[in-house]
Amino acid sequence: MCRYDDLAPGRGVAALVEGQQVAVFRDRSGAVYAVGNRDPFSGAQVISRGIVGSRAGAPVVASPMYKQAFDLRSGRCLDEECAPDGSPAALPVWPVLLTPAEPARAGDVAPPNGAPHERETGRS
Amino acid sequence: MRDPSVTDIHKHLVLVGHGMVGQRFLEALTERAPGAWRITVLAEEARPAYDRVHLTSWFSGTTADELSMWPEGFAQSHGIDLRLGDPAVRIDRAARTVTSESGAEFPYDALVLATGSYPFVPPVPGHDAQGCFVYRTIEDLEAIRSWADTARTGTVVGGGLLGLEAAGALRALGLDTHVVEFAPRLMALQVDDGGGAALRGKIEELGVTVHTAAGTQAIEAGADGRVASMALSNGEVLATDLVVFSAGVRPRDQLARDCGLPVGERGGIVVDTACRTADPRIQAIGECALAADGRVYGLVAPGYAMAEAAAADLAGLEGSFTGADTSTKLKLLGVDVASFGDAHGTTEGSLEVLYSNSREGVYKKLVVGADGSLLGGVLVGDAEAYDMLRPLATSAAALTVPPEQLVLPASIGTAPGPIALPDEAVVCSCHNVTKGAIRAAVTDGGCADVPAVKKCTRAGTGCGSCVKALGTIVADELAAAGVQVARGLCEHFAHTRAELFEIVRVKGITTFSRLIDEHGTGEGCDVCKPAVGSILASLNAELGNSVHILDGEQAALQDTNDHFLANLQRNGSYSVVPRVPGGEITPEGLIAIGEIARDYGLYTKITGGQRIDMFGAAVDQLPHIWERLVAAGFESGHAYGKALRTVKSCVGETWCRYGVQDSVALAIELELRYRGLRAPHKLKSAVSGCARECAEAQSKDFGVIATSAGWNLYVGGNGGMTPRHADLLVSDVDRETLMRTIDRFLMFYIRTADRLERTAPWIERMEGGLDHLRAVVVDDSLGICAELDELMARHVETYEDEWRATLQDPDRLRRFVSFVNAPGTPDPTVRFVPERDQVRPAREDEDGNTLRPALVAGPRLEVRTR
Ligand code: SRM
Ligand SMILES: Cc1cc2nc3c(=O)[nH]c(=O)nc-3n(C[C@H](O)[C@H](O)[C@H](O)COP(=O)(O)OP(=O)(O)OC[C@H]3O[C@@H](n4cnc5c(N)ncnc54)[C@H](O)[C@@H]3O)c2cc1C
Ligand code: SF4
Ligand code: FES
Repeated sequence: MCRYDDLAPGRGVAALVEGQQVAVFRDRSGAVYAVGNRDPFSGAQVISRGIVGSRAGAPVVASPMYKQAFDLRSGRCLDEECAPDGSPAALPVWPVLLTPAEPARAGDVAPPNGAPHERETGRS
Repeated sequence: MRDPSVTDIHKHLVLVGHGMVGQRFLEALTERAPGAWRITVLAEEARPAYDRVHLTSWFSGTTADELSMWPEGFAQSHGIDLRLGDPAVRIDRAARTVTSESGAEFPYDALVLATGSYPFVPPVPGHDAQGCFVYRTIEDLEAIRSWADTARTGTVVGGGLLGLEAAGALRALGLDTHVVEFAPRLMALQVDDGGGAALRGKIEELGVTVHTAAGTQAIEAGADGRVASMALSNGEVLATDLVVFSAGVRPRDQLARDCGLPVGERGGIVVDTACRTADPRIQAIGECALAADGRVYGLVAPGYAMAEAAAADLAGLEGSFTGADTSTKLKLLGVDVASFGDAHGTTEGSLEVLYSNSREGVYKKLVVGADGSLLGGVLVGDAEAYDMLRPLATSAAALTVPPEQLVLPASIGTAPGPIALPDEAVVCSCHNVTKGAIRAAVTDGGCADVPAVKKCTRAGTGCGSCVKALGTIVADELAAAGVQVARGLCEHFAHTRAELFEIVRVKGITTFSRLIDEHGTGEGCDVCKPAVGSILASLNAELGNSVHILDGEQAALQDTNDHFLANLQRNGSYSVVPRVPGGEITPEGLIAIGEIARDYGLYTKITGGQRIDMFGAAVDQLPHIWERLVAAGFESGHAYGKALRTVKSCVGETWCRYGVQDSVALAIELELRYRGLRAPHKLKSAVSGCARECAEAQSKDFGVIATSAGWNLYVGGNGGMTPRHADLLVSDVDRETLMRTIDRFLMFYIRTADRLERTAPWIERMEGGLDHLRAVVVDDSLGICAELDELMARHVETYEDEWRATLQDPDRLRRFVSFVNAPGTPDPTVRFVPERDQVRPAREDEDGNTLRPALVAGPRLEVRTR
């Protein structure tokens, strides 16, 4: 999915896996977590941009939108039980498999950035 | 108790009058006996019940909607038929029907009268001239405001609570204001002679002319029929263009009189403790009723208590109203006035304890019973102690400290220690909530803060005067329960931001990891990480660190806005705000921004900070957009950071015929000097070219107003949620002195403020207030000015544009992708739809693949590769 080095300690990235958005985090100790990227409170795919930390010992990420904290191990929201639509406030979680690094290929680290891409607004 | 058969299902209840008490009655009845009654409400006014107590706030911008007390959906969920603008005109008790003005007839099984009162207008000649008003409804206020547009002088007849409130409103409308009071003192009902004198002094200081012991004899109108003058009983003649009668209210009991129900000698429908009139099918509540204790109450709290009693009775429950506390605390024209309990010392054997200081305009009187218990009192000019004294007086508990200690200012004598209120003391008189009930809400109800307690007990949701006492009780209760009300930043640091700032500075700490390992616990969180990130950013130059906030470990500390140097929007896209110093921008600059926004299909808007915001950029687009902005000469506007935002300017001397200095040049200079400065919260500034203040400098963290001799510097202003006018720190200073004073002010703030504390609350909290601040930054009383100057010099020297620096560094750029494993693929869930010729985020229900709106931006874009 990505290289371990792509993950900055205390921060996350989003990855596209079979059409699903996954937020992947690495904490200060080096542990890696994968949870859903969709913030149940705003509906926006932004969880990967939250700040990683701990609450009473549990590893958490705070949604950057309205700051609710989610347990990175269970995906459970620690601040509210339900999302505004009434569904349980939780992120899906996935197990993470760390594999030995392949030899680096030129260009696979720095992504090309900033190309104005087509939006779904139908600019054609 | 009422005969239960009356509460049979589908009986019809008619409520006449939809004021504050009527509404409270509906809430109480539908709660206690949901569905038991079919309810029709006849209301004379054109709008549903609203908060009359806070009516005056309408003049300062509270809208009729905000005053409304009619919850959305209330009528539907309780099947209430509310008939606005159709007053009741006749009651036929034999037929049990009410007829309304429109001619409709309503049979009733139970009838509740809540018709309130009408303002009494003394029948003096000329009382109906154009320009004479009363003060009771929103419509009255609308009429007063529009008349005031063409008036210079206004006179209020009546120096009671309402009269003084009306006088305050006329002052605020810019009128020369007079108050004419028949009694020898103001607020004769509530305060005594001494209190009246102190109040008068304070109010005259504010520019209101007070005439006491003076009756209104006649009102003269000019040839155009408009009010011109008023003759007083003491021979004086006041020229006046507007008159407000506030000479007391009279119960609206005409309906009851007409159908033969007994009314009091001085008005008021006679009721018993269950608020029933002589006809058991008819009840009366609120200001129109003469309660069982023989009084007509003109305050809302007793009205609410009657509403509760009547509703309980109708629900077949026990409910009674036997009398109420008429304590009041008000801020009239900025002067605190309170009276509570037996304020006039009418209890036999009672004694008085007095403190009076006419120099300060403070007057306090306590009435103490022969047994040493507190019976009542009057406070003028300083009503701080009201929250504690009123419940003590109503609970009749013996005082635990000598009463004189309770009236002396804290600076003299010993301040009273914590005085324990008994549990049965009523803390909120609007909703009759005792201290015990508040404590129980915390200990048994699990309420962890004041908002929760308000919700659960309703305490503090009426007039609001008890909220402070409520806060103290809740805090004490939490502390007693062992809930630590921690001072530290969060669970990871027991230190405040100011303490951490000193630790970082003195120990030369450059990373969050070291700080938390040595001085904290755990991994940190979204509270402490950005706070520490901000401290490091403020000190980086000083500590010889990289000043870029995205460098090294610092990147992980930043809030998402700082992390992407842009502002997160509701759909996960970002907004981009280039700096436009002082709001001055060239046509080329405007065109460049316009072109970039057009090419990326961004929504553009002029902000409240005199610059342009472009919304709807995807993460991946940010560097590309900024490449073009930087090429066009723009820099980051730090709209995302707790940092300097804008220095607004007015056009000033250069163009404006009133300007006395070049406000634009100074604003630009200030904005460039402090750009990029990271602080505990955002910083805003403005420079106006003259005292007309078109740049609104007095609402800014630091604001400058030109004078003919130099510049005046104001600090600690705030718009936002809790607006505060800035304080004048130094006046008529030259440019250098101005800069130096601002440098020190800002650095002192950055060093000592709490996390997310704007300068306004920081100054409010500062011991010694503005004088202390001035001593520190002007007179160098702490001997730290050289250090503060040095810190600011470093900042100015090492400033670099964050976006320019980011673009130069591939490492910093790596984060700007939607997907780590699919760089170049935009987030497909970020969707837009067109609106008013631009885009906006699609709503959830519009968020489908089927939605393909029309072309909203320019032609197909060139794809650049770097
Ligand atoms: C864009 C703008 C509204 C507009 O369309 O005009 C705006 C937008 C936001 N304001 Fe504001 N404020 C904007 C001018 C103001 C002003 C007017 C002014 O600056 O003259 C005020 C009142 C003045 C003041 O701050 O004292 C203002 C008082 C606030 C507050 C309340 C601050 C307070 O002390 O109570 C917040 C909330 C906060 O900061 O905690 C806030 C927060 C925000 C946030 C950051 C809310 C958020 O987290 O998304 C908005 C993000 C902007 C964005 O995404 O780009 N905004 N905001 C204005 C940007 C000005 C600029 O050019 O930088
Ligand atoms: C400016 C101002 C400031 C005040 N400040 C305070 C304060 O600080 N503290 C405090 O305790 N109290 C204050 N009061 C008093 C408080 O507003 C009243 O005590 C409270 O509104 C009484 O409620 P009510 O329902 O009895 O009467 P109202 O609120 O007057 O409601 C009566 C309603 O009945 C309607 N009505 C009358 N006759 C008929 C009819 N025949 N058919 C249909 N409808 C009819 C009227 O139009 C009115 O809408 C203030 C009042 C004013 C005007
Ligand atoms: S503040 Fe004074 S100088 Fe500036 S625009 Fe207004 S009137 Fe002109
Ligand atoms: S006393 Fe009025 S809200 Fe509590």
